[in-house]
Order: sequence, then structure tokens, then C-alpha cells
Amino acid sequence: MSDAHDDKTPVARTGDVSGNATGNLPAIPDPGLPPHQWRPTDVDERLAKRAERQVAAMFMLSSVFVLLFMVSYFALKIGDNQTTFAGFGASNIALGSTLGVALLLIGVGIIQWARKLMGDHEIVEMRHPARSSDEDREGTLEALNLGLEESGIGRRPLVRNSLLGAVGLLGLPAVVMLRDLGPLPGDKLYSTVWKPRMRVVRDVIGTPINVADIEIGDLVNAQPEIIFAVDEEGEHILEGVELQVAKSKAAIIVLRMDPSDITVAKGRENWSIDGIVCYSKICTHVGCPISLNERKTHHLLCPCHQSTFDLADSGKVVFGPAARSLPQLPLMVDEEGFLMAQSDFTEPVGPSFWERG
Amino acid sequence: MSVDTSKVADSNSGSPATAKKQGKAGVVANWADERLGLATLAKKNLRKVFPDHWSFMLGEIALWSFVVLLLSGVFLTLWYTPSMGEVQYQGSYNPLRGVEMSEAMASTLNLSFDVRGGLLMRQTHHWAATLFIASMMIHLLRVYFTGAFRKPRELNWVIGCLLLLLGTLEGFTGYSLPDDLLSGTGIRAADGFMKSMPVVGTYMSFFLFGGEFPGESIIPRLYTVHVLLIPGILLALIAAHMLLLVYHKHTQWPGPGRTEENVVGFPMLPVYAAKAGGFFFIVFGVTTLMGGLMTINPVWKFGPYDPTKVTAGSQPDWYMGWPDGALRIMPGWESHFLGVTLSWNVFLPIIVLPGLMFTILLLLPFIEAWISGDKRNHHLLERPRNAPTRTAVMVALMTFYGLMWAAGGNDIIAIKLHLSINQITYFMRGAVFIGPIIAFIITRRWCISLQRHDEEKLLHGYETGIIMRSAEGGYSERHLPISETSAYTLTARDRDEVYTPGGGTDANGLEERGGRLDGLRGRLSTLMYADNIQPVTAEEIAAAHRHADDEHVLQSPVDGEAADGHQFDGHHSVEGENLRGDH
Repeated sequence: MSDAHDDKTPVARTGDVSGNATGNLPAIPDPGLPPHQWRPTDVDERLAKRAERQVAAMFMLSSVFVLLFMVSYFALKIGDNQTTFAGFGASNIALGSTLGVALLLIGVGIIQWARKLMGDHEIVEMRHPARSSDEDREGTLEALNLGLEESGIGRRPLVRNSLLGAVGLLGLPAVVMLRDLGPLPGDKLYSTVWKPRMRVVRDVIGTPINVADIEIGDLVNAQPEIIFAVDEEGEHILEGVELQVAKSKAAIIVLRMDPSDITVAKGRENWSIDGIVCYSKICTHVGCPISLNERKTHHLLCPCHQSTFDLADSGKVVFGPAARSLPQLPLMVDEEGFLMAQSDFTEPVGPSFWERG
Repeated sequence: MSVDTSKVADSNSGSPATAKKQGKAGVVANWADERLGLATLAKKNLRKVFPDHWSFMLGEIALWSFVVLLLSGVFLTLWYTPSMGEVQYQGSYNPLRGVEMSEAMASTLNLSFDVRGGLLMRQTHHWAATLFIASMMIHLLRVYFTGAFRKPRELNWVIGCLLLLLGTLEGFTGYSLPDDLLSGTGIRAADGFMKSMPVVGTYMSFFLFGGEFPGESIIPRLYTVHVLLIPGILLALIAAHMLLLVYHKHTQWPGPGRTEENVVGFPMLPVYAAKAGGFFFIVFGVTTLMGGLMTINPVWKFGPYDPTKVTAGSQPDWYMGWPDGALRIMPGWESHFLGVTLSWNVFLPIIVLPGLMFTILLLLPFIEAWISGDKRNHHLLERPRNAPTRTAVMVALMTFYGLMWAAGGNDIIAIKLHLSINQITYFMRGAVFIGPIIAFIITRRWCISLQRHDEEKLLHGYETGIIMRSAEGGYSERHLPISETSAYTLTARDRDEVYTPGGGTDANGLEERGGRLDGLRGRLSTLMYADNIQPVTAEEIAAAHRHADDEHVLQSPVDGEAADGHQFDGHHSVEGENLRGDH
């Protein structure tokens, strides 16, 4: 807190550098506090009485609203078949307005009381610097030095350093104990539940998709068959967390377009079936499911941050903040004409991550 | 051995406490003081002075809405279940009955439809949260624009910034808890944000979610953060904020009798306590009315979270909108090197930018103090116009924030105004850089113009609106001097000093050693202060008066002849005034 070197300005300051700012240069002398102005309620007892009645009336009215609140609480039914009032639930609107008004009346009443009836003389208090007095500072420093001296912390570096080391090392358990918050990523992000010859099924009802059922321009939200699969006892194979994780990575969209519109990338010549293409539904930006299709342009728009992908051109980004194309799922058709996957995605789906390469 | 107890005092205080008969309150006060010694503290603080101004109420809104949040939040915890376990909803909301959802979502629906007052408390809680953050932001702007962050209050500025940051995180963790489709989409995006972080990103995501997204740990973990960790820190910081406020005593506007050395206002007891206490009821009442009358976050319309579904027009709560906007307008840059991926398109706008903005906010008082070299205490507020560059800096930051926020709603703007979302996005990419610069220049010049206007009023009086015609046929407007109170208030401010690098000498008369940043400091100081209009001096006022007198002499032949009419300018009573006065 050395104030001796603070003032680098060429112009001398008008006040004490360590003290308060002076506020002004005396161009016009301070006229001082204006005289107190009496309020009507100060000089007229009738007006004061009236203000008193106003305040008390507000407090009493507040109690009336609390009673109304009680009545609404017990009288009005809730639930889906609630009586509605202008589209609101009757219970909610009644409870909210009675309680709200009851609270407001107390608040307004108290403030009215303060403004009209409580003393309104402004008073002056002197400020004190936030800093301690020099005497206190010296005293503190003395006590501190004495304490440090008596502890011997300066004279016995071995004790000091070993203590610092020991306490510092305690940070290790604190960090290590968080280890079991979750498993290591491993290679979980590189694969999905898609397997060769796994059927593509509709995402709500789980029925397989026949090539013949899809018209040009149709877009189907789909899932791998395993999402809906059950074992011999009729139990779902994937449940709970596993199901959620599987769904959040394996979700796809299937779209049929005119085969002549498609620009086929090298190595993907046999990934589509008569213009039916299949892409990951998970945006490569931050992972929202994509589903806004512009039919004419074959553009797919993510509703979260508006990344737009061209499904006729390997899912390339044509607009927005995403950096990578949508991963494409290679399709094939089984003997009955239903869509199947040739394999899993050939790259990780969803948002980018550091180890992705 | 027996002890004679007759001479032993029955109290260990200097004098017996039962000297005279007390009232009931006195007995209680005495009981408490003998154990807590509160009288010493209370004597100093019961009549503590708080200055009055409407803008000092903004922080109070934040304080009281936090109390409303605590009260309504405790109510919500009694029914909410922080679990991602799957259940079939069987409550009274028909459209979702039989649907599989997490217990978190089901209990939120239960709160909304099967607990009386539950929806009211949910909506009150949500409204109070938006109010909490909005009022903190506006309070922050007030503190910055009036210079209330200057010494000795820099640390309270830092605490305030931390409160804003934590409040925002608290809001995000809170609106994520219902596990509905909208908030789940937000968490999905947050997973993407984390994964964009170099080196640690994937691990952070796996640790936070307890495995792969979405896992079943995120809701209970967010719940602990939302109801225990952040509120605990918020409470501690608010306490520190208030204690420092009391210790420093509140700032005040300059005016007659109000100086750097004193504080003028109403005593804590009774006026300030009543006003502040009454205001708590008003904030509580208003948020309750909002909860009763205005729908917010109707999760039953969104449905439960499903990682394969999303709604168009997905938006976070408003205070998370600006980084979302940055995310939307960022070009899709990604680097691949040495076998790793760095997603600039996510990492820069959502991790780096908010951190950078927050750091700038934290440092503002210290940057200004470094440029000005001012080490004095400041308890008198400055009008925004009297610190043109400071004001312009904040307006530029606000413009940046506002444009980013608008970019966060680019889809809504496109739909409502029938514009191309692509063009809005391209426009915003430029506007977020150019807009703040334009705002800075306009604000700074505007402030300086307002300063000129003040100077004009001081030296030449206010414009009466009365047009005078001279004998020669020329027209002029009559100016009249402003009141002494206004004149004093306008002059009661510091003179700015421009720092010249390397030109000074220190207290010992030695030449200052200019550091490497010395030249930069000089340039910034010139930018900040050189163009400002300085408060008028006594000589300038005297000169202006002489000038006015000369004018008066010139005009005197027509005085009393023509109608000067200034009696009718609305500042005086017109009774008994003659149109052809003797003025």
C-alpha cells in the first residue's frame, strides 16, 4: 500500500494522494445541504392520519388476500382436467395472484409508511478510510513477525519445506478420488451398435423398411434393429443407460432421392440403393439430432446451430459452424427387400473430440 | 472449608446487571448482550446512513430475488427426484400418460400437475432466476457506468463478477434438471462443448456423465451442484459483498453537501430498513404474480428427453444466448495434426470466448486504475458522460454482447422477419467486430457533446426557449443562469489528467523509469482523457459573467421596451408579471 510512487502524472494533484478524491475544484463553493423540506404529512395531522389509514388498510387487505389464497388452495382442483381460465390453470392463476398481491400489499404498505410517516431527515455520516491506521499496521506487522519468529519457520527450513510438501501432496488424494466419476473413454466413441447385416427400422415403431415403400423425396428417421430387439423371454436386449447410449449414437436418417442427383464419392459407389442413402442423424458440430430436411436441395439443417449438410454430396457441410461431413452408413438390401447396414459407420459419429485424429 | 458467598458478585460484569427494573424487551436485549456483546456493533450500525437513488435499488432486486430463489427452491426439492431411472408416467397429465421417462421428468410433471402450488413455485423459481441474473447484469452496468468500481471497491467488483458467473452456471444447472427434451438438448450440446477441449475434453465428458453420453449420472450430479455447491458459494460471496458494502459505506452522487468525506442519506433504522424490507415483499410479490400469470418452461409440452429427437427453435435461457450466438456464427474450422483433432469451431466460441469476456470484465477496474494512475479513494459517483471512454468501452462490450445474443436467435429472426438465415449469419460475422467499434466511437463523441452541453449550461445558462428580436431585427435566444445547486453539482467532479510517459519524477525527485508498457499507458491515457471537457474553473465562470454583462449592456436599450417574455418560460409564476416588464 505504498502511496509514495503512485503519482506519475505531470500535473500535481490537488488532494492528498492517499486520501479521498477531492471531488471538485472550487469553481463554485459548496452551497451545503439544502434545508429540510417538510412533507404535507409532517405539518398536517389530518394528512398524517390519512396516510396511517392507507398503510393499515394495505396491511389488512393483504390478510384478505391470504384468506383468498387459502380458499383457492382448497377449493380449486388441479391436474390435467383443471378448470382453465383464459388458458391458465385456475388453481395456479388464483394461487399466484392472491399470494402475489398479498405480498405486494405488505411491501407497498411498508414503503408508504417509510415515505409518509417515518422521519425523513437526511443525516450525514463521515467516512473513514478503508485502510487501517499506521499504528495498527505497525502493531500487526510486529505481532506477525513475533509469531513467525517464535514458530521458527524461517530458521528451520527443513520443517517448513517438509510441511509444505506434505500438505501439497494432500491435493493428490483429492484429485485421485474423483477418478471413479466415470470410466475411461477407451475406444467407445469410435463405434456404434451397427453391425453388418443389421436391419434398418423405423425409429418409433421399430418396423423394418422395405426399399419398395420409400418414394423419391421420402425421409425416414430410423434406428438399428437392436434398439427394439427382445430376447427369448421377451425382455429388451438393450435397456436403460445402454439403450440411451446406443440410441444417441446409432440414430440415422434414410432418404431417397433421384439417383442422378447424387454425387457419389470415391469408395462409396455401392453404399446407396437406387438413390436411398443413409446418414448419421447426430450433428458433427455438438451432437444435436438433425431432422430439418429441405426436400428440393437435399439439404439437412440442424435446428440447434443451423449447420447444413448436403445429403446428395456425401453429407458435406454447405453452411454453418459444423466442420465435418455427416458420417454415411453403407446400405444393402436383404433377400426380402428390407434395408440393412453393410457395416458400422466407418468413422466416429457425433461431435469431434481430441483423440479423433 | 466453607466459602463465604455473600460477598461474591452474582455477575462477572463490572456492575450488576439488575440495577433497575427493565421492560421485557430490555430483559431479552440484556440477556443477549451479556452473551454476544451486540450493543457495540449495533450502536454503530443501527443508524448507519444509506444514500438514496433509484439506481442503488438494482442490486437489491438481485439480492431479494436470490432470497425468493432459496425459498421457492427448497419447496421444489421436497417433490423433485434427481434420478434418471426410467419410469412410466402415470400422473394426471393425459398426453404423456404411459410414456417412459426419467424420474426427474416424471417428478417435475408431478410437481406441475399434482402438487397444489407446485407449478406456481416452479414458475416463480424460474422467473426469479431470470430476474436474478438480469438484475445482476444491470447492477453491474450501473456500477461500471458511474465509476463505483474505483478504489476502494475493486474487490467488491471482482466478487460481483464471480456472482454473475456463478449465477449463470446455477441457472444452467437448474433448467437442465427437469430432463425434458429442450434441456436435454442443452446437455447434449454441453457434452459436445466439453469434447472440443484439447487433451482433457473426452475424459471430462466421460467423468461428468459417468460414461458415455447420456449415461445416468448427469442429472443427480447437476442436482448436487445446483442445490448445494453453487448456492453455498453464492451465499458466502453475497455475504462478503454485503459486508464490504457496509464497510466501505455506499457511494453517493455529488451534490450540495455531499462530498468525498461524508455520506448523506437516510438511517438504516427506520427508513432504510423499512424501504429495503418492504422492497423484499415487492420483489417476492412480483415474481409470485409472474409465476401465477406467465407460463415459463412448460416442460410437459416439450416431452421427455430422447437423444434422437429435437425441436426446431431450440434456445437456451436468455443469459446463455450470447455464447450460443457465437457458436452459431463461427465458421466451421477444425484442425487435424499429429493424429489429434482440434475443433476451433466449438472450442473458440464456447470455451475460450466466455472465459475471455469474463477476464476482461474482472480486469476493467484494474486496467482503468493502471491507465489513470489514480490511487485515491472515490466515493462520489461520476456521470457516464464525464468518463466518455469508460462509458464507450462498456457500450462497445454491450453491443458485442447484444449482437452475439441476437445471433443466438438467428433462426427466430429469420422466421419472424422472413430473412435468409445464411445472410443473417454472414452479416453477424462482420457485425460482432464492426458494431462495437462504431458503438465505441459514437458513445465517446456523444458523451463529450453532453459534457460540452453541461459546460454551456454552466457558462451561459439554460435555454429559455424565448426568442428575442433586437432593434436591428436580429434574433437570439435568451439564456438564464441555472440554479446554484445545479451549477455546483455540475462542477463537482475531478479534473482529468493525461499521463505523459517518462516525463515525471517520483517523490524523491528522481526520474521515473518508464517500463515497457509506459508508452502504451501514455497512449491509452490520451485516448481516455485528452478529449474530455474539463470542469469549468472559477475564472471561466467569471469571464462568462463579464461576457453576459456586456451583452446585457448591449441589450439594455431594449429592456423594458420589448416583451422579453422570460416570465412565461415555465420556470416562474406568471402572476403579477407584466408583459412589458422592467427587466
